[in-house]
Amino acid sequence: MEFNEWIDIGYLIAAALFIFGLKKLGHPRTAPRGNQLGALGMLVAVLTTILDMELADDPANWTLIIAGLVIGSLIGYWMAVKVEMTGMPELVALFNGFGGAASALVALSESWRYIEGANLPSGLELTVTIVAAGLSALVGWMTLTGSLLAMFKLKGGIEVFGKWIKTPTWGPSWLNIVKVLLIISAFGLIFYNIDNPTDKNIIFALIAVSSILGILLVLPIGGADMPVVVSLLNSLSGIAAAFTGFIIGNSVLIVAGSLVGASGLILTFIMCKAMNRTLPDVLFKSFGGGGEKASLTRTKVGSDADEVAMMLDGAQKVIIVPGYGMAVSQCQHQVKEFADLISEKYDTEVSYAIHPVAGRMPGHMNVLLAEANVPYEQLIEMDEINSEFPDCDVALVIGANDTTNPAARTGEGPLAGMPIIDADQARTVVIIKRSLSVGYAGVDNDLFYMDKTMMMFGDGKKMMTALNNAVKES
Amino acid sequence: MYEWRNASKANKTNGGIRMTPELLIGSITLFVLSIFLGFELITKVPATLHTPLMSGANAISGISIVGALLGANVAYDGGNTDLSGILAFIAVVLAMINVVGGFAVTNRMLNMIAGKKNRGA
Repeated sequence: MEFNEWIDIGYLIAAALFIFGLKKLGHPRTAPRGNQLGALGMLVAVLTTILDMELADDPANWTLIIAGLVIGSLIGYWMAVKVEMTGMPELVALFNGFGGAASALVALSESWRYIEGANLPSGLELTVTIVAAGLSALVGWMTLTGSLLAMFKLKGGIEVFGKWIKTPTWGPSWLNIVKVLLIISAFGLIFYNIDNPTDKNIIFALIAVSSILGILLVLPIGGADMPVVVSLLNSLSGIAAAFTGFIIGNSVLIVAGSLVGASGLILTFIMCKAMNRTLPDVLFKSFGGGGEKASLTRTKVGSDADEVAMMLDGAQKVIIVPGYGMAVSQCQHQVKEFADLISEKYDTEVSYAIHPVAGRMPGHMNVLLAEANVPYEQLIEMDEINSEFPDCDVALVIGANDTTNPAARTGEGPLAGMPIIDADQARTVVIIKRSLSVGYAGVDNDLFYMDKTMMMFGDGKKMMTALNNAVKES
Repeated sequence: MYEWRNASKANKTNGGIRMTPELLIGSITLFVLSIFLGFELITKVPATLHTPLMSGANAISGISIVGALLGANVAYDGGNTDLSGILAFIAVVLAMINVVGGFAVTNRMLNMIAGKKNRGA
């Protein structure tokens, strides 16, 4: 067999490993194995490429290439190990942006070779190269700027010279027309580039248009929809890699890139469904961006830790409902301590109700509670635990709002039809929240005003610590 | 020998493969079939796995490392580091951050979620 065919077989093995890896990542039992298979596939792909380069008739500059590989690996590993559990969603967005940028840079490097005087291909080859490089640049730069903005949106803001600037959410409906015009002009630029392959200005204009598009795509979308957007951007970075594959006629790039593009899109739809939204709604209707929020007309008297502790005395079944507030105040350890305290003192049965979109990323609550060593079997998904609330003495809601709002059942308003946790069915509801303010959807929550509801106003960590002390003393 | 090398550099595209109509059709076939496969691969995923799956797929999209390496190979050829070479070098670094960081962070997440399950059961 020819040497080139062995290289193709190496890429085929890598592609097969990616397919198995993705398949296994979708099932809880096999997910860690799936991730390892994906990583193995990547190792095979990189080694095959290096072998290809080593045995090709023109030697490469190994010092620089190895330096790039090592530097990238060290930075990536360091970031992955060092990140706090709460910062993971942001990190995934950032990594995704880097992937998109890498594809865009490969395209730019290829275009630049011609500007620097490499012999131009002709005919079909020229057209394919320019179109693929153009599309790769469009999607890649868009992924980079969109992912970076998504990262800052997940963080909530950015610190500049010690000043905290909140990430804005802004998107009037005319902005959608601007986006369409930008996409049309991007295609126009790529088309124009075929006839003028060495014109730097076209390349620069395409980079600018794509970068602005990425920002405009993410700007109107609010914090709670960010997981959906990051998933969509992930799909885009796969497509960018596939286009890069067309530039250099490489099969593994095309296969892996389009696999991620397609499965990422499916995952995006699955996540939309869990939130009861459609993708066009998420992308084109600025939601929860302010202005339409219900104004608060009702008040509720707060309760203190001692009152709540008294009421917990003798409770047989307590269900904890965590939300984004728990993630913000980082009080998962106090929550675990609380669960241990009451199950020891009152022999209470404690479980956790996990809403599919609680927090800022699906699975956010699972990761946080797992970090605090909460046993996995106590974390129960919404569909399974909802029937248990009528038998539940106390539902303790920590920093969750929209995911418990009974208004979702009425079929009206922004929350209409969203599945919720039936915390209002419990005998007593305790809610730890900083204020009565509306949640992300901008809808007032009837749960706060029910007679059986006790509100503890304050930061999650402080309130949980106070509650733990009160339980210990009672 | 030197002249021949030079000519080969000037004429080749990245990775040394020339785009022919046959190769283009083959590539488009691969592209379309892989997209269909990707659609079928993910069906019902429990909410807990949404984030790890996204993160793992994201690491796989770091496959652009192959493109970056081949691009760097062409650009560095002959020992000259022009702008296209520097761009390819940055691409190698960024793609590698995506790949290594992506798989490592996914592994950490899965250990948090699934690892605890094994110990608890």
